[in-house]
Amino acid sequence: MTIALVAMLLMLAGASLLTGPTRLDSADFINGIVGSGDPIFRAILLELRLPRALLALLVGGILGLAGAVLQGYLRNPLADPSILGTSNAAALGAVIALYFGFAQAHPLALPAFAIAGAVIGLLPLLLLAGRSESALSLILAGVAVGTLAGAGISLALNLAPNPFAAVEIMSWLMGSLEDRSFQHVWLALPCITVGAALLLWDGRALDALTLGEDAARTLGVDLRAVRFRILLGVAIGIGGAVAVSGAIGFVGLIVPHLLRPLSDRSPSSILLPSAVGGAVLLSAADITVRLIPADTELRLGVLTAMLGVPVFLYHLVRERRLW
Amino acid sequence: MVNLVASKLCISFGSRAILHDIDLELEGGSLTSIIGPNGAGKSTLARALCGLLVPDSGAVRLGDVAIEARGKTMARRIAYLPQGQTVHWPVSVERLVALGRLPHLAPFSRLAATDREAIERAMKSADVLSLRDRPVTELSGGERARALIGRMLAAEAELLIADEPLAALDPGHQLHLMELLRKQADQGRLVVSVLHELTMAARFSDRVVLIDEGRIVADGKPQTVLTPENLERCYDVRAWSGVIEGFPVIVPISRSSPPGAENAR
Repeated sequence: MTIALVAMLLMLAGASLLTGPTRLDSADFINGIVGSGDPIFRAILLELRLPRALLALLVGGILGLAGAVLQGYLRNPLADPSILGTSNAAALGAVIALYFGFAQAHPLALPAFAIAGAVIGLLPLLLLAGRSESALSLILAGVAVGTLAGAGISLALNLAPNPFAAVEIMSWLMGSLEDRSFQHVWLALPCITVGAALLLWDGRALDALTLGEDAARTLGVDLRAVRFRILLGVAIGIGGAVAVSGAIGFVGLIVPHLLRPLSDRSPSSILLPSAVGGAVLLSAADITVRLIPADTELRLGVLTAMLGVPVFLYHLVRERRLW
Repeated sequence: MVNLVASKLCISFGSRAILHDIDLELEGGSLTSIIGPNGAGKSTLARALCGLLVPDSGAVRLGDVAIEARGKTMARRIAYLPQGQTVHWPVSVERLVALGRLPHLAPFSRLAATDREAIERAMKSADVLSLRDRPVTELSGGERARALIGRMLAAEAELLIADEPLAALDPGHQLHLMELLRKQADQGRLVVSVLHELTMAARFSDRVVLIDEGRIVADGKPQTVLTPENLERCYDVRAWSGVIEGFPVIVPISRSSPPGAENAR
């Protein structure tokens, strides 16, 4: 399954480099890579499309992985990366950067604020995690953090000095990978790598949690350490992703669901496939937004939700006997 | 052979004391049933015996180490089946049984040949070989209970603790499961089971521990503990006990206090 997904991913990454307002054929593509050929084409390829393609892979990958890990950890098929409030907290950080004009001052201010937001949003969860071992209290705290951050975003929209500022915030919130540079890649890459490593660590522990928390502990799982790694991994990884792409919903929810029937249904078996699957889905969506003719490019978050939900509902109807 | 010793064990949740001064010494190669009315503290005792609870005072030791549900070394020695075990994902029976091997696996490794053999043995003992590819969530109650016992057996731990393994099973499956636990004890393991089925406790246990309101009321061979006096005292029932075809049988007949007595008081 993973091999098939990786093959799809490579094809899509190639397609992503060939998609855009300027037509490039495969000859330009090869010339661009080896360094000969038209320097404008080369610039388009390496400085505009390559970062975009790489970010789609990174962001999609961490969204899929975080979704799979959280569904396994919380033993709840409804979980997605936003359930712990991290996405909203990161988005609030970015909105603050937009609202107070830091984002105009320096191109990296917005992503840096987003990551800071994710980390600050994590603090109440970590405080709680030290005291209790139940997953349910964590969900409740996550919902609280998410709601508070959501209210903060609404407040910024409410107080926006003019309609343009509000539109800027809203369109950022909808998620996009348009006009990203390698600066964004270098910012997101370390966050997403560290986050992914933390999240991939605990596959076995997630399997043990299939039997509940008591049984998992008697199987040798240190629940506090697991929870700490997962919280940190989600905050750093998702913080990094939201920082460069805005809020992109549904990838983290649907990818594990789509892949689970192809696996042995244990939480660990879908971690890596979900990362690759998330990257496939987001790459495909990012190509689609470029192909749909429109005055302004469709927002990625809008497309993933609009395409994701029907697929998800169809899948639920087919799989409902198991829930 | 391994032994499990609880000494002066006290456990409370918040301000509510659950267990008081529990002293218990259990030997490997025996099957011990913990019985008692609802709310007596049976499950708390079972959880404390496998190190899931931190006692307020006193200690539980397995051999010469204090028991604590932490780390793989200890996990290899204990297999615990919680009360009303739920399985959260529709994994296959084989995958479920394989979870019992988790404490034996090196990080990020695949199942070794010894693990596969242990899984096969456990599935054979629990009589679930024919169910190996079925999702656990689609099994009947009896099949599911056997698969869960299989998960316990796969660990090949020296201490087995099962909390109400017979709940919601029909009489045939109850006998089957008790035979399974009996066999584990006969192979030298230390088996502890929380039970409500008095006849099963009387027939299969080497020892019965009766607890009520957090204290041990009686502890010893089944016939010395499961007396009409003890049952009346703890369960508030009159019971008939006798022997049929050589097997002890205990049947509750009526509540000791006549119906309506609580209201009259």
